Amino acid sequence: MSEATAPKAVEGPLNFLDDRLGSTGFLNRNLKKVFPDHWSFMLGEIALYSFIILLLTGTFLTLWFKPSMMEVVYDGSYTKLNGVKMSEAYASTLHITFDVRGGLLMRQIHHWAAILFMASILAHMLRVFFTGAYRKPRELNWLIGITMFVLGMLEGLFGYSLPDDLLSGTGLRITQGVLESIPVVGTYGYMFLFGGEFPGQDIVPRLFTLHILLIPGLILGLVTAHMMIMWHQKHTAMPVKNQTEEQVYGYPFYPVFMAKTGAYFLFTFGVLALLGTFAQINPIWLFGPYDPGAISAGSQPDWYMGVLEGALRIMPNWEITAWGHTLSLNVLIPALVPLGIIFTGAALWPFIEAWVTGDKRPHHVNDRPRNAPVRTGVGMAAVTFYGLLWVAGANDVVADKFHVSLYATTWFFRVTFFVGPVIAYIITKRVCLGLQRKDAETVAHGVESGTILMSPDGKFSERHEPMRDEQRAVLLSKENARPEAPAVDANGIPAPSTKGPVGHLRSRLQRAWTFDDIPVEEHEHGHDEVEGGRKPEQIEH
Amino acid sequence: MSDNNETEPVPEGTTPLRTGATPSPAQDTRLLAQDDISAPAGIGEEIDEQAAKRAERIVATFFLLAFAASVGFLVYFIGWSGRHGGMHGVDRARESNLWFGGLMALSFLAMAFGVTIWVRRLMTSKPIVQERHAMNVGAEDRASFTAAFLEGAEDSGITKRPLLRRTLLLAAAPLGIAPLFLLRDLGPLPEKKLRHTYWADAVRKAKAEGKKGVRLVVDGTNQPLKVSDFASPGGMITVLPEGIEENLPEDEVLTQTAKVVTILLNIPADEFKPVKGRENWHVNGIVAYSKICTHVGCPAALYEQTTHHILCPCHQSTFDATDGARVVFGPAARPLPQLPLSVEDGYLVATSDYTEPIGPSFWERG
Repeated sequence: MSEATAPKAVEGPLNFLDDRLGSTGFLNRNLKKVFPDHWSFMLGEIALYSFIILLLTGTFLTLWFKPSMMEVVYDGSYTKLNGVKMSEAYASTLHITFDVRGGLLMRQIHHWAAILFMASILAHMLRVFFTGAYRKPRELNWLIGITMFVLGMLEGLFGYSLPDDLLSGTGLRITQGVLESIPVVGTYGYMFLFGGEFPGQDIVPRLFTLHILLIPGLILGLVTAHMMIMWHQKHTAMPVKNQTEEQVYGYPFYPVFMAKTGAYFLFTFGVLALLGTFAQINPIWLFGPYDPGAISAGSQPDWYMGVLEGALRIMPNWEITAWGHTLSLNVLIPALVPLGIIFTGAALWPFIEAWVTGDKRPHHVNDRPRNAPVRTGVGMAAVTFYGLLWVAGANDVVADKFHVSLYATTWFFRVTFFVGPVIAYIITKRVCLGLQRKDAETVAHGVESGTILMSPDGKFSERHEPMRDEQRAVLLSKENARPEAPAVDANGIPAPSTKGPVGHLRSRLQRAWTFDDIPVEEHEHGHDEVEGGRKPEQIEH
Repeated sequence: MSDNNETEPVPEGTTPLRTGATPSPAQDTRLLAQDDISAPAGIGEEIDEQAAKRAERIVATFFLLAFAASVGFLVYFIGWSGRHGGMHGVDRARESNLWFGGLMALSFLAMAFGVTIWVRRLMTSKPIVQERHAMNVGAEDRASFTAAFLEGAEDSGITKRPLLRRTLLLAAAPLGIAPLFLLRDLGPLPEKKLRHTYWADAVRKAKAEGKKGVRLVVDGTNQPLKVSDFASPGGMITVLPEGIEENLPEDEVLTQTAKVVTILLNIPADEFKPVKGRENWHVNGIVAYSKICTHVGCPAALYEQTTHHILCPCHQSTFDATDGARVVFGPAARPLPQLPLSVEDGYLVATSDYTEPIGPSFWERG
């Protein structure tokens, strides 16, 4: 290697930088960094590339967009709205759409990219959750991810509020109503955000600054941290042959991963360009400018706000008025509680799980979802919870398409909101345990060979063959539950940590986590090994 | 280690998956590779030169296609998109969207396909193994850091001079709060703004001129409304106070409209149940309610004539128009406020403001 010389064009700049930064040391260590392969590792990449595309298309749009609520009379190339009073924001959005070459395309790609950004973050989060990739040492990246999702929701809401069309104005009106419901400070928050009463003249310029500067800046910083932490900690691997906690197996960053991820950026951009070309989105010229007295039926927010919309729709009309004050539980609860449960729950989950299982070890190889039935069950319960609220956000569309009563859909969601997650948890856990049982069976007896044997006395049986190495590696990746040894000292006195209500709770949760786990292990010599007869290994190392 | 041949049914030296059995038909139609690491099929292989040549030609074709699409983009932009004075209106927007977007997508996707085939068919890198390392630096480094940290604290004197420490904290505390005060001028205080609407000003003005109340004008046309114009039961009209556009400064019209916007309904006499104390608020069954939903403020714009239900399309709060707009379903907690109506010279007039705050509830509402 020492006599190899890189082309001058590479060598020159490289040495220039190295003389000043010592950068070649870093490059040398990282050029062949291993990236383990799995299709689901691409989900986060979609989010990253959507974000880059959002920055590019968004910058383009700011060159023409006028964040102003000054009233103008439109006189432009969309003749149907000529002579109509509207804000400058709406008029400039029409200008971008109908007078700037590529403007409509950039608007549509920008909107589609926002939708894809949020969808891919969600898919990526689900992958991370169900495979346990958030476990130590990756809790920080998990928290950063949740923060980015929340920021993305705000960013999206503010973004689609900017054109000041009828739909976005309705969204802002709802935002204002929700703000007003906050106890004590609600009306102050409302007046301060809007600079007076709704809609006023200030909200679009303010949202513009938040949308193009503050929030994207925060997201960019968090994306950078997310990537650097991922790079530093190395990516998790799926539990397959050759992947261990000590070693990562895969293709080198340069050239393979680099080329693949580059192609993936192009795929993402290409697909978004296709959507922007052929799939119309947010045709604001059809909605007309904002008019506080008008609305169109089937008004729907972008998908990531649907869960809030659904919660608002199915909430009963509780309101408390006492001592001269009003508490709008009918708005406050749906605005705060469901997403509060989801985000707080998700943020605390890695720490709760580590506390319950007592597992403080670092993990680099992921779990198969079936091998953590409680986690997978809780995850599916959360998916059901979120999904039901999300569909409830379109209950009028559901009622219309399926020809059922609107009120019946509301009641359906009011009931399933509570029942659905529980059923999802139970079913998921049973499915996981069933799959564990199947794995245990395969490990113990091998795979069906399809060869039918007839014994001399006429009995038919199927021969089982040992599994392939690859399959065995996957199946045996399961770490069988090892209930902690009863925490007692030599004299039989229980450890302080197991006492008291918290200690009891932890012991019970720990039992719930492990009690019905099916051990998947090889019985090498076939002798009757009594379950649990082996000394339970201490989990701490 | 042979890692790359898993698609072969029986790799040498490994145990066959199924012996003597018919392979599952599903195996031939599998979309995702079932290898241990789902690696690209060709990657890391010794490359057959002839196949490589073919792959190279395919990749190059894709790259040429991408090139052609990009050139097409530029050619369309320079040559066609600006004809007859540039892009203008719906048809040209649609046309240019198709060309720009289609060619852009083609260019990106062709390049993406090219690179993908390149990786899968032509790259000869082999999978490698790297060590993972513990994240923590170890006890020794930690101890050395702690020592340095304590030494620094000691040297600075912050540990042994509590007066210094406490006054520093004291000095810093207001600095954290001060910026919040700077945000005070973001907006006015709520005061009583949410308790009255422009109806109050309009009615006051009309009464000062010796009239009974302010006329209702139809939203959109601004025509005052006669009782006879709205005589037959059934419809719903959105109305505003007369003169709202003329008498208010331009930048306040929309904001005030968002509060005064009112719906007018004509309820058949046999179904109408006036609320106690509001018996004279209607004119022959014509009643006026605030259009702003008491849930979160969407316009309650849908009216079902047969049931006389007013429905808010946002969250489906439903109000009974015959019975003081009481809530019959949905998340709204309070009826739509009612506007007292009367008649003057045959025209419908409002005789006072709403008697309660319109729109969503708030803490100070009571």
